[in-house]
Amino acid sequence: MIELFRNPRWDFIGKRKWAYLASLVFVLLSLGSLAARGGLRYDIDFTGGTLIQVRFERAPSVARIRAGLTPIGLGDSIIQRFGDEREYIIRLALKELGSEEIARRVQDALAADPSFGALEIRRAEFVGPQVGRDLQLQALYAVLAGVLGILLYIALRFDLKGGVAAIVAVFHDVLVCLGALSLANREFSLPVLAAFLTVIGYSVNDTIVAYDRLRENRGKFVPKGKTFAEQMNDAVNQTLSRTVLTALTTFFSTAVLLVFGGKTLEDFAFVLVIGVITGTYSTIYVAAAIVVDWTRSVEGRLRRGKKAVAKA
Amino acid sequence: MPRRLWARVAVVAVVVLGAAWYLYPPKQTINLGLDLQGGIHLVLGVETDKHVSTQTERAADDLKSALERKGIAARRVAREGDRTIVVELAGPQGWNDALTVAAEFGRFERRDEDQAAGRFKLAMSERLVAQLRDDAVRQGLETIRNRVDQFGVAEPTITRTGTDRILIQLPGVQDPERAKALIGKTALLEFKLLDERTPVEQALAGQLPETSEVLYQRRVEPETKAERKIPYVVGKRTLLTGAELTRAEVQADPNSPGSWQVAIEFNATGARIFGEVTEQSVGQQLAIILDGNVYSAPRINERIPGGRAVITGQFTVEDARDLAIVLRAGALPAPVTILEERTVGPSLGADSIRQGLVAILGSAVVVFVFMLVYYRLAGLIADVALGLNLYLLFAAMAAFGATLTLPGLAGVALTVGMAVDTNVLIFERIREELRVGKTPRSAVDAGFARALRTIIDTHLTVMVTAAILYNFGTGPVKGFAVSLFAGLAASLFTAYFFTRLLFDVVYMGRRKVEAVSI
Repeated sequence: MIELFRNPRWDFIGKRKWAYLASLVFVLLSLGSLAARGGLRYDIDFTGGTLIQVRFERAPSVARIRAGLTPIGLGDSIIQRFGDEREYIIRLALKELGSEEIARRVQDALAADPSFGALEIRRAEFVGPQVGRDLQLQALYAVLAGVLGILLYIALRFDLKGGVAAIVAVFHDVLVCLGALSLANREFSLPVLAAFLTVIGYSVNDTIVAYDRLRENRGKFVPKGKTFAEQMNDAVNQTLSRTVLTALTTFFSTAVLLVFGGKTLEDFAFVLVIGVITGTYSTIYVAAAIVVDWTRSVEGRLRRGKKAVAKA
Repeated sequence: MPRRLWARVAVVAVVVLGAAWYLYPPKQTINLGLDLQGGIHLVLGVETDKHVSTQTERAADDLKSALERKGIAARRVAREGDRTIVVELAGPQGWNDALTVAAEFGRFERRDEDQAAGRFKLAMSERLVAQLRDDAVRQGLETIRNRVDQFGVAEPTITRTGTDRILIQLPGVQDPERAKALIGKTALLEFKLLDERTPVEQALAGQLPETSEVLYQRRVEPETKAERKIPYVVGKRTLLTGAELTRAEVQADPNSPGSWQVAIEFNATGARIFGEVTEQSVGQQLAIILDGNVYSAPRINERIPGGRAVITGQFTVEDARDLAIVLRAGALPAPVTILEERTVGPSLGADSIRQGLVAILGSAVVVFVFMLVYYRLAGLIADVALGLNLYLLFAAMAAFGATLTLPGLAGVALTVGMAVDTNVLIFERIREELRVGKTPRSAVDAGFARALRTIIDTHLTVMVTAAILYNFGTGPVKGFAVSLFAGLAASLFTAYFFTRLLFDVVYMGRRKVEAVSI
């Protein structure tokens, strides 16, 4: 039987002060990166605009594509390589024309340069400004409503402290992933939004496993001589092999997506890879740690209150 | 054997067979999103204001003729803004009669009365405005559906989103430009008389009577391909519209070889009006106007009975066919604008499927091998359960008629992750029970019992989230939510019924279980 850990007894919770520091550093780093870059880079799904994806027979250079587009007044477009060296994305600000019309003009203009060889317009998208704005808002509402649902469910099934701590952990994970996205200069697109939703699901799942174990332990017998922090630490240790196994399998499968999934899945998988790491970490060092410190502060207040009563 | 083993086998068998019923044949039951198979995606905004103003205009015309019939002289009866009619009588006399006539327009409210000046306004009621806006979108949806059906697209999606938007997805359409022209065309066919008393030059200079307007005919020179616009002075009054049309067919244009024309035929009412109009206007030119463009303006030589006409205009056979389709399907009640448009070439869709599938299969293999190596026989059980889980997930998506998109695949990925987690939770728990010295049989029992509580909690939390996302989200978010919800329901089922069942079949049949391969 292969076993990762046999009765692990590491002191995770005891080192939470350092973890708070680490979380703070990561969150600040994320916010800093977002601030320095002036917010996220949104895909046209969210900003509105026109995007055309072209596949060339022979690998072109950005300068040549730009030169080809200048005669039709699109020389100031954003031109990016997309995946392999023969595939490019041309991005334009909002224009009056529909994407089909622009795609045809782009095709005609680029066909004039024989060095590209045959070319194929593989995708043409136009998103109106109103649609983009609506999508941004609706996605935000959906996520906030979802988070509220999680809070309510955990508050009912466990307790309010657990619910709030789980939500803090979710926000921590989302922030860190946003920061990673911004540091890697990747775009926030629809698949990336789906990845964030996935990370939220993963993070909550992981947190609940730990809570459940704590509740089960406390329900079975009244633990004698163990502080709440120690009980939480036991729960974390008891679920440790499961946590690590699940994290590893998820991590490897998302890593496979990142490497082999192609350009379309790349940003999506990137967020998932970061999300698995931070989601696992945040269970112990954000959610569990907050519940421990919150409980301690409540117990401390109760004790002080009792002492005051005893003195009087 | 534990009691009710056969009952559990039966439950699983029923579910598996039921799923097969929904899933067969997979090529037709699983809808792939446009990002995965190529095609065109359009979001149209219906200009509902335009519909309201058209209706107000029509009511103003009706009011004007009603006043004329009663012999009440009016200086002006005209639409003002989208939903108000201004009435200015020639003088204070006839005021009461005018009010009586106006009262027949019950869904308008009278305001700003000024009896001395003989002036009042009629404003459309809020309820009527709301109803007209709704009608515009619903009729537009119906018309577009009709056109797409006649165009011949397999599995189109045409639905209303939000209050005034129409979402159209046409998978596998090769010629998006043509599809777009077909869908987005208002196709308002009108017959109006030319105003031959006003010279065109004078009209272009802005001097034309209030009852006339300038419309253009577009002509493409066959040699130079240059577009020319020919101005016409046309009376504003519409004599007949395409609403009374029953047939529209493509014919070869006898006067212009290689060109095509559309022959139309009116219903009884249309034919009667057409007969009257042509009788009264012999010698005049009748303009055939589509969406504000003049197509032709033939001179009426005699009364035309039978309600037949042709629309000519240098059409190619495809143009003529599409025009016939839109005329048959009817006009959109209000113009539409394209708010969002995505065209994915079939090769890109195929590429993203191939790459996505390879990657997903790759990660599945990683998971399968890992479980097998780490948990041995139990790992094999988990792998079979995972396979069943995916199978049920796709069956559920087929049953709901859900579409599999890239964000949907994200939902599948999270499902797989949580399904693996479910098995890991159970197995780690069984190992733990074995470590504290329980017999294999009771360790399996205890492991399942304890782990299931956790599993229910994790699954329900995420399912609650998925349900909320579905209710609050739009397209892509919804796609994610549907596949996630279906996947987690399937995962709960496999964890609760199937994995346990396999364990029981493998171990519980033996009289004495020496060890669990886990």
